Amino acid sequence: MDLISNLALGFQTILTPLNLLYCFVGVLIGTLIGVLPGIGPVQTIAILLPTTFALPPVSALIMLAGIYYGAQYGGSTTSILVNVPGEASSVVTCLDGYQMALQGRAGTALAIAALGSFAAGCFATFLIALLATPLSELAFQFGPAEYFSLMVFGLIGSIVFASGSILKAIGMILLGLLLGVVGTDVTSGVQRFTFGIPELVDGIGFVPLAMGLFGISEIIRSLERKEKREIIKGKIYGFWLKKKDLKEAAPAIARGTLTGSFLGILPGGGAILSSFISYMVEKKVSRNPETFGKGNIRGVASPESANNAGAQTSFIPLLTLGIPSNIIMAMMAGAMMIHGIQPGPRVIGSNPDLFWGVIASMWIGNLMLVILNLPLIGIWVKLLTVPYRVLYPAILLFCCIGIYSVNNNIFDIWLTAILGFLGYLFVKLECEPAPLILGFVLGPLMEENLRRGMLISRGDPSIFFTRPLSLVFLIMAFILLMVITIPTIRKKREEAFGEEK
Amino acid sequence: MYIKNPKDFKAGLLFIMFGVVTAFLSQRYPIGTAAKMGPGYFPFLLGLILPILGAGICLKSLSKGKGVRRNIPIRFRPVLFVLSSVVLFGLLLYPLGVILSALFLIIISSIASEEFNLRVAFLNAFVLILVILVIFVYFLKFQIPILPFFFKGWI
Repeated sequence: MDLISNLALGFQTILTPLNLLYCFVGVLIGTLIGVLPGIGPVQTIAILLPTTFALPPVSALIMLAGIYYGAQYGGSTTSILVNVPGEASSVVTCLDGYQMALQGRAGTALAIAALGSFAAGCFATFLIALLATPLSELAFQFGPAEYFSLMVFGLIGSIVFASGSILKAIGMILLGLLLGVVGTDVTSGVQRFTFGIPELVDGIGFVPLAMGLFGISEIIRSLERKEKREIIKGKIYGFWLKKKDLKEAAPAIARGTLTGSFLGILPGGGAILSSFISYMVEKKVSRNPETFGKGNIRGVASPESANNAGAQTSFIPLLTLGIPSNIIMAMMAGAMMIHGIQPGPRVIGSNPDLFWGVIASMWIGNLMLVILNLPLIGIWVKLLTVPYRVLYPAILLFCCIGIYSVNNNIFDIWLTAILGFLGYLFVKLECEPAPLILGFVLGPLMEENLRRGMLISRGDPSIFFTRPLSLVFLIMAFILLMVITIPTIRKKREEAFGEEK
Repeated sequence: MYIKNPKDFKAGLLFIMFGVVTAFLSQRYPIGTAAKMGPGYFPFLLGLILPILGAGICLKSLSKGKGVRRNIPIRFRPVLFVLSSVVLFGLLLYPLGVILSALFLIIISSIASEEFNLRVAFLNAFVLILVILVIFVYFLKFQIPILPFFFKGWI
């Protein structure tokens, strides 16, 4: 059995004291920033990216991955106890989680969230191990045309999952592609849109872009609103689940896990989308949907399982095809490249210990999270009493130091400020920044493959339609685009995101 | 004609602007042919599509008959203080070192909040500078100037 020997290699890698330590540090930091509203895995990974230079690549990736799925655990704590999502992926957990807490069932809600996440994490780990080898073998047959079409599909996917107007989302993708053009052209060596600024020769940095669009603009936006936090008072007890609760939540966990695993693999998917969709699914299949939003345990179990499953399966396209499907995965790709590993189908063959080590670490990390999370809840609650006016200058400072340290470059700090303003403008104009980031990451790859494809076909664009796999991707992209423009589905989509506001 | 949705309208204008500038600028680079694309081809293509899309968004945001004009509220206090604190941090980092520039960053960015309190801000700065020195400088060994330039000869 290949699978078993592969997983054995993975566990051999993770079960060294050093890697276990980094896994632990990762999930601990992840939970911490998951608990704190206003700082998420994007900012944290960006800040910590430079610190991983000194680590072996396996340890670095294990830690960064731990931050991502650890944040999914932490986010639920804040949602349940304070009614403020610690993470965007825990927004829906507020609906029923906080209601459960009000009814004195905070312990139950927290326990089911942790248990659901763990179950989902186990399944997702297994799924990654199962799918990785065949998918990366498939990817070896890809030529430039297939890659280009796959990326088109990915970008269209990111529209579906962004809230708001479809046309604006397409515009944001194009802007992202455009920002990705800045810098030296790989094929000809010509410097494009650098305006004579030497720091732009290597292009706009990913970290300043992500920090500007998500970190800084988010801080400004949060400051416009009045802060409102009410922490559940009194001791939280009752972590031991009753049989009745378990029986009720189990099918929801199963459904959430499946939905999340599937959506995580899709381009543009990931933790946030998974939690929203699974909540909707749960409400649909329920015999009494009116109990949702009033403390239904399934309304906690399902999205919490889904976001963890989605967080983990979103590693599949990155590790097998080399295509990051969301912002976090784009950062992971960046981290891999810093260590000289090109994400893609070759990773599995050339760095098997890294590949399987990271996968095995997810399972270990999930185990740590369950053990870690419940006893530490008291500390997390204390942390939540830190007011935002103290928190945001700290976030800002860590961001600035993190940005500077990526390249030891002052220019990147200014670039972040500019992009932060742009990001604030986008928020005000209700333009979702996520498609822009994805366009930015995929842009250079897309251009390269477009040019190579057209070179092979001597300028005949039909190459994208005549190669079967490429055609399949394009048809899938087209169907996706058609589906979201159908009025009833569009309404559903707006509903799904409407709960965010 | 009235603008029904000013947010969409302005977003459309933004896309048009970006597109036109790009299309204009990318002509400085060799465009090439479809078979042998030059460095200007891809951006030029984007520069053509963006304004069309932007125009579409603008048109959709218009409506016949009467509409209500709503402005987009922008609060200047957070925008101004958050952004200027970041820019200033960049300006001060090399000459003054991280301790002083962090102090400025925290004080100025704290003013962005409506509940600004100078004592809290100073206390916050004190704690955070300690954290930076211990974690980032001592443990993680970040390469970052610590003290102002005029201390260099002394230590």
